[in-house]
Amino acid sequence: MNTTIQLQVNGKKHTVEADPATPLLYVLRNQLALNGPKYGCGLQQCGACMVLLNGKAEPSCMLPVAAVKDKDIITLEGLVKPDNTLHPVQQAFVEEQAAQCGYCMNGMVISAVALLNEKSQPNDAEIRAGLQRALCRCGTHSRIIKAVKSAAAKQQGK
Amino acid sequence: MNRRNFLKNTGCLAIGFSLNGSFIDAPAPLFQELPQSIKRHPNINAWLEVLANGQIRIFTGKLELGQGIGTAIAQVAAEELDFPIKSVEVVLADTARTPDEGYTVGSGSIEQSAMAVRYAAAAARQKLLELASHQLSIPIDQLTITDGKICTLSGDRAVTFYQLLNGKQITDKVQSPVILKPKDKYKLVGKAIPRNELYRMVRGDEYYVQDLRFPGMVYASIVRPPAYEAKLLQLDEKALLKSNPGVLKTVVNGNFVGIIAREEYQAIKAQRWLQQNSKWSAGTRLPAGTDLIAYLKSLPEQPDEPGIKGTMPGDDANWIKAQYFKPYHMHASIGPSCALAIYDNGQLHVWSHSQGIYPLRNSLSKLLQLPTEKIHITGVPGSGCYGHNGADDVAADVALLAMAYPGKHIKLQWTRADEHAWEPYGSAMIMEAAAVLDSSGKISSWKYDLWSDTHSIRPGGEANNLISAQSLATPFKAKQGHGGGAARNSEPYYTIPNQLIKAHIFQGPLRASALRSLGAYANVFAIESFMDELAEKAGKDPFTFRLAHLSDDRAKAVIRKVQEITANVTLPANTGLGIAFSRYKNSASYCAVAAQVFVQPEKGTIQVQKMWAAIDSGEVINTDGVINQTEGGMIQSASWTLMEQVKYDAQHITSRDWASYPIMRFDQVPEVEVVVIAQPNEKAMGAGEAAQGPAAAAIANAVYKACGKRIRHLPILDHLMKS
Repeated sequence: MNTTIQLQVNGKKHTVEADPATPLLYVLRNQLALNGPKYGCGLQQCGACMVLLNGKAEPSCMLPVAAVKDKDIITLEGLVKPDNTLHPVQQAFVEEQAAQCGYCMNGMVISAVALLNEKSQPNDAEIRAGLQRALCRCGTHSRIIKAVKSAAAKQQGK
Repeated sequence: MNRRNFLKNTGCLAIGFSLNGSFIDAPAPLFQELPQSIKRHPNINAWLEVLANGQIRIFTGKLELGQGIGTAIAQVAAEELDFPIKSVEVVLADTARTPDEGYTVGSGSIEQSAMAVRYAAAAARQKLLELASHQLSIPIDQLTITDGKICTLSGDRAVTFYQLLNGKQITDKVQSPVILKPKDKYKLVGKAIPRNELYRMVRGDEYYVQDLRFPGMVYASIVRPPAYEAKLLQLDEKALLKSNPGVLKTVVNGNFVGIIAREEYQAIKAQRWLQQNSKWSAGTRLPAGTDLIAYLKSLPEQPDEPGIKGTMPGDDANWIKAQYFKPYHMHASIGPSCALAIYDNGQLHVWSHSQGIYPLRNSLSKLLQLPTEKIHITGVPGSGCYGHNGADDVAADVALLAMAYPGKHIKLQWTRADEHAWEPYGSAMIMEAAAVLDSSGKISSWKYDLWSDTHSIRPGGEANNLISAQSLATPFKAKQGHGGGAARNSEPYYTIPNQLIKAHIFQGPLRASALRSLGAYANVFAIESFMDELAEKAGKDPFTFRLAHLSDDRAKAVIRKVQEITANVTLPANTGLGIAFSRYKNSASYCAVAAQVFVQPEKGTIQVQKMWAAIDSGEVINTDGVINQTEGGMIQSASWTLMEQVKYDAQHITSRDWASYPIMRFDQVPEVEVVVIAQPNEKAMGAGEAAQGPAAAAIANAVYKACGKRIRHLPILDHLMKS
């Protein structure tokens, strides 16, 4: 049965009509027309659907929308600043050309942002651990690690 | 460079090209073969349009699969026309707009499409200069092209392409000889031009077929049988509708079952409900619990002529023998297959990430009995596919649903289990190699048998191989291709006087089709593992042994390069360095790979720590494209080789998610390093599949060096534990 649910997504309040059991992913993609979080497995195994929930990277594909009413939800779209400039992690992914098909990029960027929020200068092992939940099939892992390092280095430089 | 290439290059390029834009005085090339795609679509405006907004629009029949083809094509077009690359728009495969270039496969997009665009753009350049000369009444050799404008040499007059054409397009045919820009004048080709689409991807802009949305769009799901060939016995539509609000329609045709719902989550819930509440016959039993190698070898085989060279010694010769095995592998795209369709006013429009939208259109025409002119397919990128995954099947599924529910856009997103359990896999293969060494330690005789299912059941314009077509009440019968690439790279690239090579093509228990590099992955894994075994018997190191059997300098160069870049690697205890080489298809890119592997057999742990590759793909269009493909190829192959195998029980596939079909995660992924040996004067050759085979053998060879265990059966992790 559909109910009215209030969500806080990318800094804005949204009101949606949805079955409270609907996974957040479908609400974000189909009702709020956001492309950042991707459907990958629906099983919380691949990370394609990651969003930031109160700053932490979490898969959205099994998370009932009713459970995140009072959480701050950020997607790739919300990382872009109002003046249209990219978040340093997004910028680093473009500069390092850290993708082939790019389908996994959402999970990688969201995981990396959460990681750098928690630890501004992670070492190689910490970066790998921080990205562990996100799968890439094209084999762009080495570029993704470089991009995270480069974003961390730039943040330190500031 | 061989003589024919030498003539081709110097004849048409180096002579008569001055600093100005005109090469009208240049002598005709002595030899020029136009690209195949140009022969099929000779008109310049099939490939290129000049737009009023100051841009150039390029059409390619290929689809972006993450290989960066759009950028490479923009580079060659901008290069030939001296046009700003940021003003070049590339339109990907669309049956209403772009040339039919068949399938985006076999690392052929650079060789076919980028070369076609190069010739079309060069011919356009010549035509534009002629037009400018006529309009401005200035001799053509007094004109040049700078930044997309045709200017006089003095710079006092300039005209844009659009002004020259006045809204018309260049309809002339591309005719040989086409005078191409000399390669030493290149500013864009051969450079690492970044791919613009990454900016769109990273912002979450609309990019993938999964991102398409239309007003009033509805969502679908498919209920597959619980086994191959299982028949639907009972399905209670009324009960379904009662328990599943939001379901708009069920489409049942034989064993094809589709659900259309208002919301995506409703379609998924209804799929789950039907999986629990419909009855099916048992279907075809799979050979679970039996030894797969023995089973596959027992299957009937298609007749095949062996390849023979020289004369074979008898069984009494001192044969060294080994058997290798590769299980079924998945494409395992991160995003499961997806397609959208609408049937409206007698027209069917499909949005698909298929690698071949033109063949798919013909297939859908036969499936739906709808003329091809009533079907429009727009190619839209999906998740990386690495071959024939579910892309065509999901498009056929949604087309069937659209025909049954007209007037609405329908989106069908396969679930993870749909993709894992029903995509066509890369066939399991058995490879048996035998060789005789002569007194100097060189291979004198070579025998090689391979057993494999086909490596292509792509629809190819027929409906027969689409899952849904085989499920209908009046079903299409599956067609098996012959081998379809099983024998790719089965002939060693080494100089061996006596050879006997035989392919045994069976029809295996699982649905199989094209996976990145087809049979080359397993054949190169076997040949290059065996080369290391033979090198040891001959008392030679793996580099020297390979080099001694090669006559092609470019092959030797990639091996020597890998030797050079790994020369100072220090190997701690339990660590080994392995190498391997192949020339993809024995006619495309040369690639040598080294792997450094840490192994603790008693604990069953193995870590591929680092991999290096040297690759020669001839002329390189985008250096970073070649590096990215080769890095990714090594990592993907490392995952296949170490840990991947499709599992099944008697009923069906049991590898239905990432827990039951694990692929490499960040904690296991090696560092990678790639050296590109650019050959600007050689033919451009696709690079996307070159690393798959050598990477596998380099890892197996490194495992042997690290711990003395020769793993001949994949996946390595499984067999390391057993050994």
